[in-house]
Amino acid sequence: MTDPAATKHGPGRILIAVYGVFALAATARAGVQIATKFSDAPIAYLLSAIAAIIYCAATFALAKATKVSRKVATTAIVIELIGVLAIGAFSYAVPDDFPDATVWSHFGQGYGFVPVVLPVLGLLWLRRTR
Amino acid sequence: MFAPLTWFLVALSLAAALFAVVLAARDKRINWTLLGVLGVIEVALLAQLVVGIVQLSQTTRDVSGPFFIGYLVGSLIILPIGAFWALAESSRWGAGALAIACVVIPILELRLYDVWTA
Repeated sequence: MTDPAATKHGPGRILIAVYGVFALAATARAGVQIATKFSDAPIAYLLSAIAAIIYCAATFALAKATKVSRKVATTAIVIELIGVLAIGAFSYAVPDDFPDATVWSHFGQGYGFVPVVLPVLGLLWLRRTR
Repeated sequence: MFAPLTWFLVALSLAAALFAVVLAARDKRINWTLLGVLGVIEVALLAQLVVGIVQLSQTTRDVSGPFFIGYLVGSLIILPIGAFWALAESSRWGAGALAIACVVIPILELRLYDVWTA
């Protein structure tokens, strides 16, 4: 078994940087949406907030890179993957329920589809540094 | 919005990102020259914040204030965190991570422009 600290070094440095950007973007976006126009689209904005929490958890857990935090990161990233696939599919199927965009709408189209690629890379990296 | 400052920020951030990528490709860590460029970008971002707030207070446009201010303030914390994250890494990947942070600045500037012209 490799040193769990390997998670935050090498290519992991870039992965965590991208996660950090999304943690920040999702948190700021959800914060502004909820503070200024929550009643417009409560479900979408709550999902935005959940996405923000998951990105923050994944970022900090990957960056901490201990045996325990790697488990936290894996859980967060699996939820992230399920979230982006489910919200992505729902936002195409029932667009009326998603009047305003979340990070995960349309599989992260508004963010260059990075949100759908990121959890896959995250899980591959966690596996690689196991 | 003051367009020349915005384009200056976009151009200089992309140049800094390219510089960081070159360092990573040559297996180098980030250096003082790159940190100096980041310092210049940071000062320009502060100027952009001041210019943005003044213009927002005077405009008759229908600009979303919270999003506009959010992008202005958010852009300030990216490079310091990125530099810290890069310095704490002893391999080339630190410079690579900093390149990501540098690329975020032009994206934020373009989003800022979108919010302003919406």
